[in-house]
Amino acid sequence: MTASTGEPEGAQASQEALARVVREHAGRLAASLVSLLGDFSAAEDLVQDAIETALRRWPAEGVPERPDAWLFTVARRRGLDVLRRESNYRAKLAQLTWPQPTTRDDRLRLIFTCCHPALSRSAQIALTLRVVCGLSTAQIAAAFVVPETTVAQRITRAKRKIGEAGIPYRIPVEEELPERLGEVLAVIYLLFNEGYLSSTAERAQARDLVDDAEWLAALLANLMPKEPEVAGLLALIRLHRARGAARFDAEGRLVLLADQDRSLWDCQAIGEATALLMRTARAHHRPGPYQLQAAIVACHAEAKTFADTDWAQILVLYDMLLHQAPSPVTRLHRAIAVRYAMGVEAALAELMDLGDVLEGYPLFHATRAELLRDLGRQEEGRRAVERALELTANPAQQALLEQRLGWD
Amino acid sequence: MKYVLMFVETEQFAKELAAMGELEQQAAYEAVGRWFAENTDKITHHTHLHPVHTATTVRLDQGDPVVTDGPFVEGKEVVSGFAEVEVADLDEALALARTWPACPIVEIRPAS
Repeated sequence: MTASTGEPEGAQASQEALARVVREHAGRLAASLVSLLGDFSAAEDLVQDAIETALRRWPAEGVPERPDAWLFTVARRRGLDVLRRESNYRAKLAQLTWPQPTTRDDRLRLIFTCCHPALSRSAQIALTLRVVCGLSTAQIAAAFVVPETTVAQRITRAKRKIGEAGIPYRIPVEEELPERLGEVLAVIYLLFNEGYLSSTAERAQARDLVDDAEWLAALLANLMPKEPEVAGLLALIRLHRARGAARFDAEGRLVLLADQDRSLWDCQAIGEATALLMRTARAHHRPGPYQLQAAIVACHAEAKTFADTDWAQILVLYDMLLHQAPSPVTRLHRAIAVRYAMGVEAALAELMDLGDVLEGYPLFHATRAELLRDLGRQEEGRRAVERALELTANPAQQALLEQRLGWD
Repeated sequence: MKYVLMFVETEQFAKELAAMGELEQQAAYEAVGRWFAENTDKITHHTHLHPVHTATTVRLDQGDPVVTDGPFVEGKEVVSGFAEVEVADLDEALALARTWPACPIVEIRPAS
């Protein structure tokens, strides 16, 4: 692995565009080199070298006409150069020519290996971003606001584990598939959440993880058309993104759903994502947690005004979701729907027995604060806001809570 | 690849086993016997360890060897046995571990 190169100031935006070109090709190249060499780590190193070379040279030289052929050539040359001791690898690489015979898209194997349950979640995420999406270590570090050495270590350790513990490079067999697919979807969803929650005006320059998450979900949906939950996750991400423009005001402050300017929502994207969700539901009749979450977001997205929201339908969907995937955070969200469907007191009652498990969760206290305020219990409400403030590190959320401290 | 499956007992499991009636205990042991029989083509070697109160530990890194009573780490979870298996990859080792019918934790390590 090579150290990252210093990038000139102001080149970030074009680096972002280049990274997208890389993303279209890096995973395919990695997939075919892993197949060829049978060594995940060595193959990945070659691709990463090619990516870093591309990010260094393309800004000045322009993106080549065939970026895939360019990356392939650089990776192959690099392999012949560095793999001197592994003479069998060199022999295999030497026989390679471009264009490669186009077989099936091998990236599915790559995704399942990167998201293997024997790897920690943080390793799965870093590895998926690097190997499947072609991000450099520096880009991953910047996106997660952690030191580059941390990411580099995480990736090195994960690659060693893949090799030494014998984590296979293949699509799981039928019996393993539900669990293994669950891991992959969890990784993509976490990536999406990380990008979505940390996206603020100040960080607009950072790598858009939301974009990577949507791209991964779309790739997976393409490769696994028979899995309704993959389509569900894709619809969920697209429905959230379609409302992105209304999430922040001109000063970069977070705007709550009730106060958002709905004319800023992307109606076409909402329509398409909702149609995808309906198609999936009709074709499979297997509603899972991602499809249900997407259906809830679709209910919000389809309401012309906040007052038009179909809370009764949302409550039904939350009950189905809780039946499949019980979670205190989902119960908290359901309580918000209860407030509009059944009243503030009913919602506050729902929160009563969540206090123990969600004591450390800022949104719990923020929700409680609002309900207390609506009941005229200002002093308790203020204390709840203060508790929420103590717990949140996200600047946009802090600003929103600080505004509310001014209530009277 | 060669892996070692380490079977780990918990206090809770030991208590439950001790509380079982004779027939139940027998059924539990039979399930373990069946597991070994069904996977005999993959298991190259296995060992059952006696309870942890029989353990003696020797430390060699503090001058003269120091012999103490008990295991090298005191914990609520103790290794109670090993099985060495020869399978294609980690997924196959995991599939084996998933069907293990006795103690509640199995650690898998590649071995050579």
